Amino acid sequence: MNRSAATIEVVARTRIPLPVLAVASLVLVTTALAFVFFVAPNDANQGFSQRIFYFHVSIAITAYALFAGAAWKALRHLWKRDPRADLESYVFVHQGVIFGTLVLLTGSIWAKISWGRWWLWSSDQLVLFLVLFLFYCAYFMLRFSVDPGPQRANLSAVYALFGVVLIPVSFAAIRLAKDIIHPVVFTLKGPQFGGWILVTYCIAQVAVPVLAYTLYRLELSSKRLDIRLRDLREVLA
Amino acid sequence: MNYVRDVGALTRKDLLLELRARDTLPAMLLFVAAVFVVFHFALPGEPSKLETTGLLWVAILFTALLGLGRAFVPEREQRTLDGLVLAPCDRSAIWLAKSLATLAFLAAAEVVALPLYALFFHHVGGATVAAVLLADLGICAVGTFLGAMAVATRARDLILPLLFLPLAIPIVVGAVGASVVHSPGRYLGFLALYDLLFAVVCWASFEFVVSE
Repeated sequence: MNRSAATIEVVARTRIPLPVLAVASLVLVTTALAFVFFVAPNDANQGFSQRIFYFHVSIAITAYALFAGAAWKALRHLWKRDPRADLESYVFVHQGVIFGTLVLLTGSIWAKISWGRWWLWSSDQLVLFLVLFLFYCAYFMLRFSVDPGPQRANLSAVYALFGVVLIPVSFAAIRLAKDIIHPVVFTLKGPQFGGWILVTYCIAQVAVPVLAYTLYRLELSSKRLDIRLRDLREVLA
Repeated sequence: MNYVRDVGALTRKDLLLELRARDTLPAMLLFVAAVFVVFHFALPGEPSKLETTGLLWVAILFTALLGLGRAFVPEREQRTLDGLVLAPCDRSAIWLAKSLATLAFLAAAEVVALPLYALFFHHVGGATVAAVLLADLGICAVGTFLGAMAVATRARDLILPLLFLPLAIPIVVGAVGASVVHSPGRYLGFLALYDLLFAVVCWASFEFVVSE
């Protein structure tokens, strides 16, 4: 009990306060939305619908960052035996799955508008997120079928570490899978960035991770409060 | 040298257990044959080589899953896992030995499955055999590791396929690619890379799965 109480105090002292984060994400997301809808010009080829890409790409990068965060915390749990790392790793995975689902949704909407179909196996990013979605959903199945304790923390941490190995391997596999039927050439020819498009993209790319971090902190503090409440109940019982 | 002896002893224990009880291998053989027959009726007519190759890999994966699901059952039923963890040997030896035993069962099942596939559907080439060998290593390394995780949970048999299939997708890509393209080198290389990468990860982290 004392340890979790102390943990909350330490966290409250050393990190940016949650209300500040909440205001920052509100301002940033609103600015990003305003830029996406009113400032960024229409794409010459794809028109209005291309604007979903500002968020689709930012959300995808944020989801990768969240999964990487989960693996980093998992490593800290296994290596340094950091008592807070297990819960932090779990919350990172949880947020990662939420943002991963958003990638699938925004990608699916994009596919429908662009190619007239809700799902395309030829889109590497979508297929990769589907694999990751399945993988990290199994994480929850694993975690919640083990009783809370050191073993659950260990199993969850090891599985979260598998995730960061799986991401590049799956990406390579999806690229290879396309070559089986018709060879594609990997090109580094990016979109033509510049002017307001770049500014809008950068704002969205900052806004989404800040939002993700705010949600992460929010969930973490509520989960810690839950644990503390349970500890107190046990003491009183 | 001690490590090799430990692994050898543990593998021998599993093989001996199977030789006496005959729990796993006959089930795997019957399963893979039944799956081929089901596939014939699921794809009526003359399915192309591309289609039947896909079926072969689905059959291998599910047969492996059947064997992997059984891998830690004796340990659970006889409560021997605690004893193994307490034994004065490196914990990763438990994983390595279990993987080798599962590999032996899977290879034995495939010695029957591949000729059966050739008989029922299409000719099996050298590249397919090489892909089978490489894929088996990855399947058994990762599958045994996840089997040890699954056996610690309440859901047990239910959870292993959920954990295993997303991780097996790269194996399927490499294996199917090696079986159907003209120059399979790239796909075989990918399979070897997968095996190496995941074997190292499993070997290094198995300790955390069995100990608290």
